[in-house]
Amino acid sequence: MKTGGALVVAVAVIGGGILLAGLRVNPYLYFAGYVVLQYVVIATAWNILGGYAGYVNFGTPAFFALGAYTAIFLIEAFKAPLPVLILAGGLVSALLGLGIGYLTLRLKGVFFSIATLALSVVLQTLIINWDYVGGAKGFTLIRPSAPFFGNWGTLLFTVMVGLAVVAVLVARSIERSWIGRGLAALRDNEEAAECMGVPTLRLKLFATTISGFFLGVAGAPFPYYVTYVEPSSAFNLDYAVNALAMPMIGGTTTWIGPVIGAVLLGTAQQVATVTISSEMNLLVVGVVLVLFVVLAPEGITGLARRLRGR
Amino acid sequence: MFSWDLLANAVVAGILLGGFYAAVSLGVSLTFGLLDVVNIAQPAFVILGAYAAYVMNSSFGLDPILTGLLFTPFFYVLGAVVYRIYYASFERRGDESLRGLVFFFGLLFIIEVSLSLTYGVDYRLVEAAYIGKSIDLGGVGIAFRLLVPCLVGLAMTLALYLFLSRTFYGRAVMGVSQDRVALRLMGANPVRIKTIAFGIGIAAASLSGALLITIAPVVPSTDRDYIGRVFAITVLGGLGSIGGTLAASIILGVAESLMATFFGPSWSLAVSFGILLLALAVRPAGLFGR
Repeated sequence: MKTGGALVVAVAVIGGGILLAGLRVNPYLYFAGYVVLQYVVIATAWNILGGYAGYVNFGTPAFFALGAYTAIFLIEAFKAPLPVLILAGGLVSALLGLGIGYLTLRLKGVFFSIATLALSVVLQTLIINWDYVGGAKGFTLIRPSAPFFGNWGTLLFTVMVGLAVVAVLVARSIERSWIGRGLAALRDNEEAAECMGVPTLRLKLFATTISGFFLGVAGAPFPYYVTYVEPSSAFNLDYAVNALAMPMIGGTTTWIGPVIGAVLLGTAQQVATVTISSEMNLLVVGVVLVLFVVLAPEGITGLARRLRGR
Repeated sequence: MFSWDLLANAVVAGILLGGFYAAVSLGVSLTFGLLDVVNIAQPAFVILGAYAAYVMNSSFGLDPILTGLLFTPFFYVLGAVVYRIYYASFERRGDESLRGLVFFFGLLFIIEVSLSLTYGVDYRLVEAAYIGKSIDLGGVGIAFRLLVPCLVGLAMTLALYLFLSRTFYGRAVMGVSQDRVALRLMGANPVRIKTIAFGIGIAAASLSGALLITIAPVVPSTDRDYIGRVFAITVLGGLGSIGGTLAASIILGVAESLMATFFGPSWSLAVSFGILLLALAVRPAGLFGR
């Protein structure tokens, strides 16, 4: 698929999303669809760092919640509109991403992952003790009437369709440029890549920043979506597991992998939440993750490639 | 607000807490520090041990620490099985570090969610004669529910130290962490040694879980708090050094206790993770690195 073709598909997906929003089917479908699309953004963003560069980030909740809490701060301080929230949430998380990018100078592999996990808890403690954004008791948002579509469910759904398409397009263009090849080189062997003249530090900083940006973008509309945000919901460990599981299941080396993983696992979780229980759906994620990592380390796209190769 | 009494109490409580933290961290020190297996599921095994103690205590009135001891063989087998799976799927293929990390993360999640599906998310606690009693030493109160876990933790640390330095298998574990090939030349099978060591690491979780539920009530998600603590201690103690683990545990226990006393308990968790971040960023070899 050429870049022009990809743009056509992207526009078609956004158009389809708007059309779907105009149909006004069962409101729950928009509500569930939002979550699945949010996971498309999260999984794609995680994969830019975790899949392309090979740095496993357990701190997804930190970035997601930073986006959400940036939005809350701006709502509280300036009553800022949604596009501003999304952009600001992304930028603040991108700064955090740049920070952990410098951390990669000292920390490789496992130690990097543990540090990101620690980062998430430190940030959560700070938020719990910061009363301006609600502190431990949480923040309640009273939504103004929605500017389009008449209700927030369909509006946020449409916004998420757009964000997911942008995130995937960016991931795809990174993957196919020299940046993607450089990241793949440092994933396979960082020292060798450095010796071959690949600017590893700059590439890693780029990957952590972009990844952080989109994780923050995914979190920024969250206060509008749930209308009540508390630290334990925004910093939920489920985001860390899902962000990791979705690309791992779909396949981490291509842009389509996280999308497949997020759509499959996200939809399965929504179905399981409705039909069984919300705890059961998390168990499913855990089991599927472990099974894939043990039995099919290259994910669904890897399996498909192997089948086609035969 | 400040008073010497408060300070003395906080420091003593912190030291006692540190003894317990050492018990929880030993498993990670052994599996991660010495064997290079990124076992971040260890805190989940600890919670599993805590629930075993809870079940035996509430249905048979068994002492939690005795239960912890009785369950060590089961945990040993569990650990050995987990290591065999890990070895067959990752170590043998040579891509252990990152995928292995994901494997253990998934395992942690499975254990935690299974526990909350089975026992719900209510706080669970145990009853024993010594819980709730304390002795007073000139204004400094020593609670038995902290003292007993601390003593057991110290005993566990000593036992592991003696095992690693005095016994054949213990020395083999030290050997496998230094040079796998040399160990093989000496006629020992590294995979077998690592299976034994990993089993011991998980068996330690059974006992430390019992200590955990003696100190405070437990919910399945308690393991998340301990990921940071345990790894902060292991890294700070210098990976795999048993004495270093004990020292780091006491440092962390005192730091957390002081923070909780003077700034409020909601900050105390940030101490461990803050120390971990600092240790990782400034001195990854730890205070007592080899």
